[in-house]
Amino acid sequence: MDGKKTIIAVYVENQAGVLTRVTGMFTRRGFNIDALTVGETESKEYSRITIYMDGDASEQMINQLYKLVVVKKVEILQEDSIKRELMMIKVRNDSKNRSEIMTAVDVFRANVIDYSVESMCIEVTGAPSKIDAFVKLMEPFGILEMCRTGIVALDRGTKTLLAE
Amino acid sequence: MQLKGAQILVRTLIEQGITDVFGYPGGQVINIYDALYEYKDEIHHVLTAHEQGAAHAADGYSRATGKVGVCIATSGPGATNLVTGIATAMLDSIPMVAITGNVPNALIGKDSFQEIDITGVTLPITKHNYFVKRVEDLADTLRNAFRIAKSGRPGPVLVDIPKDVQVATCEYEPQAVIEKEPLPKVRESYIDEAVKLIAECKRPYIYVGGGAAGLGMGDEILAFAEKIGAVIGCSFMGLSAIPEGNERFLGMQGMHGHYASSMAQNEADLILAIGVRFSDRATGNVAKFAKKSKIIQLDPDCAEINKNVRVDLGLVGDVEDSFKRIVEKCDKTDRTDWLYRVRELKGEELRFEEEIAAADTSALTPKQVFEIINENKPAKTVIATDVGQHQMWTAQYVKFDGPRRFVSSGGLGTMGFGLGAAMGAYVATKDPVVLITGDGSFGMNLNELATAVTYKLPVVIVLMNNGVLGMVRQWQTLFFGKRYSNTVLDRKTDFVKLAEAFGAKGYLVETPMEFKRAFTDALQSDGPTVIDTRIDKDEFVLPMLPPGGAIDDIITKVR
Repeated sequence: MDGKKTIIAVYVENQAGVLTRVTGMFTRRGFNIDALTVGETESKEYSRITIYMDGDASEQMINQLYKLVVVKKVEILQEDSIKRELMMIKVRNDSKNRSEIMTAVDVFRANVIDYSVESMCIEVTGAPSKIDAFVKLMEPFGILEMCRTGIVALDRGTKTLLAE
Repeated sequence: MQLKGAQILVRTLIEQGITDVFGYPGGQVINIYDALYEYKDEIHHVLTAHEQGAAHAADGYSRATGKVGVCIATSGPGATNLVTGIATAMLDSIPMVAITGNVPNALIGKDSFQEIDITGVTLPITKHNYFVKRVEDLADTLRNAFRIAKSGRPGPVLVDIPKDVQVATCEYEPQAVIEKEPLPKVRESYIDEAVKLIAECKRPYIYVGGGAAGLGMGDEILAFAEKIGAVIGCSFMGLSAIPEGNERFLGMQGMHGHYASSMAQNEADLILAIGVRFSDRATGNVAKFAKKSKIIQLDPDCAEINKNVRVDLGLVGDVEDSFKRIVEKCDKTDRTDWLYRVRELKGEELRFEEEIAAADTSALTPKQVFEIINENKPAKTVIATDVGQHQMWTAQYVKFDGPRRFVSSGGLGTMGFGLGAAMGAYVATKDPVVLITGDGSFGMNLNELATAVTYKLPVVIVLMNNGVLGMVRQWQTLFFGKRYSNTVLDRKTDFVKLAEAFGAKGYLVETPMEFKRAFTDALQSDGPTVIDTRIDKDEFVLPMLPPGGAIDDIITKVR
């Protein structure tokens, strides 16, 4: 893998069972994806699924998505699209590493959102590469628990997917 | 007007032009059946012996007419019994609406008696499905189901209706029949590109599939082949699309296709594919498929372009429209060399066939059976089949009486499909219906004989009885060193008595003369008939391209 990542945005009807239809199709057709997020959009009728995957999206995947009755619009985002992910990471907190962690939090413009004598929880937002870098930085201190939201992304400029 | 959900369901079916439904009652559809009783003068319900038979009947009804077939089943086992029938329709793109009852909303998710999440079960085998939570949504959901089933590339849609929705009341206003959504027209530049590719080629092959079979374009395709000097072959699902008797039509290609048709496809330098999906049974090893050829593909489904085979030009949209526009823009060209070459291939095919026939010394050969069927079947006969050797012989030998006169499970290959589908085809058309089946397939759903007797459905059942599961046995002979594991049936079924026990007429035949007499007699019957047609267990379907093989691996003789 050349490290290329692709982001696909999918507008789907906002109704029960939609995520099952989309993920079921991926399993059935043998498409591999890295991460998937789903959430509300500017329109009440639609939810937006953001799919993050290694390599290029196949023509087949896009076409199979379009065949699902609940799918309204599919778009491969531009490489320079704005990408964000949120992570909460709980690390071991002791007198030896406290200042190093705080420096990292500062540099990464992260926030400490919970603090106890033995641990602290940090919130980091950014592109996935930034989150990856932060995780790496925290590893030596002892990661107790972490979770990531998966990526959300929008194309730059005034262009919108539904308007097209 | 205020109506109950069950009444709204039946009224919406009537509103959508449905005149026949197939089904089986049960606890969670009693209300629907009560409404069917109320409207029985407007909608005819056929009670089958098993829900699977109802699903296949709705499918056969649709295949024979193009109309949407409708079946009804209760929750739980009723619904799961539809599954094979729905999957069969899905794989062959047959428009169908399956209606199931379910336990009341309040009992959903509690593993209630006969509760099953049928929308979950059928997710991968329906074009779309619905669970109707509120009676207010019922009529529009059904209309959407019909719209989805018949628009674009057709397919089955399931609508699951919990019992409380069937009982609840709301306002119902009849609406017009939902029309198919128009397919997009292909851009002119694509048509021009196709015309250019056709103009440049020397050996064009028009490859017709199920997507073209229902459109009734046979005469136009033949005329186009004459115009540009092309030959025509078809996939299994494309059978009956092209009128028989023209030398340019070479018949089915693929695993058990005609030698000349497969060879010509392999030698072609341009394939114009109309409504085909390049299934593995049609292509063999895709890496070696049609290597000398450019491919133009016409299909309503964008996901069929470059799915199995890379094509040079995909025209996604209204197939009929694209085809007509290509025809108009193409110049008349002779390409007689190509026709001569195809005639040579035809000659080789004939030689193979003669060798096979000469080596066959049985009292009654499959070829003889089909010759008698071809000579004696009345005009407009619908030929239905089950799955196995008899199905492939049907594909090879039968001269079909026009489009939608061939009803067979191609994609899913469903043994047990035939009898239900044949009944559905008869209910839909009232034309003569002949079912070709085998002793294996027939054994799977022969209970539907009861239905055919009750409703006086005169299906002539040609039961090609060889006492073995012939197709698997053929593979065992060719690829498994004759280790006949579980393919020798060794059953003691007396099919004549069995037919009589159901109230049908039975015949036992062992020679061509006996078969002809029984067949012509059976065609006069006003109810179903079973012709126990004894053939040898070592008859083979030839030629054969081994699975995953290429044209060079073709097997033309066994003995």
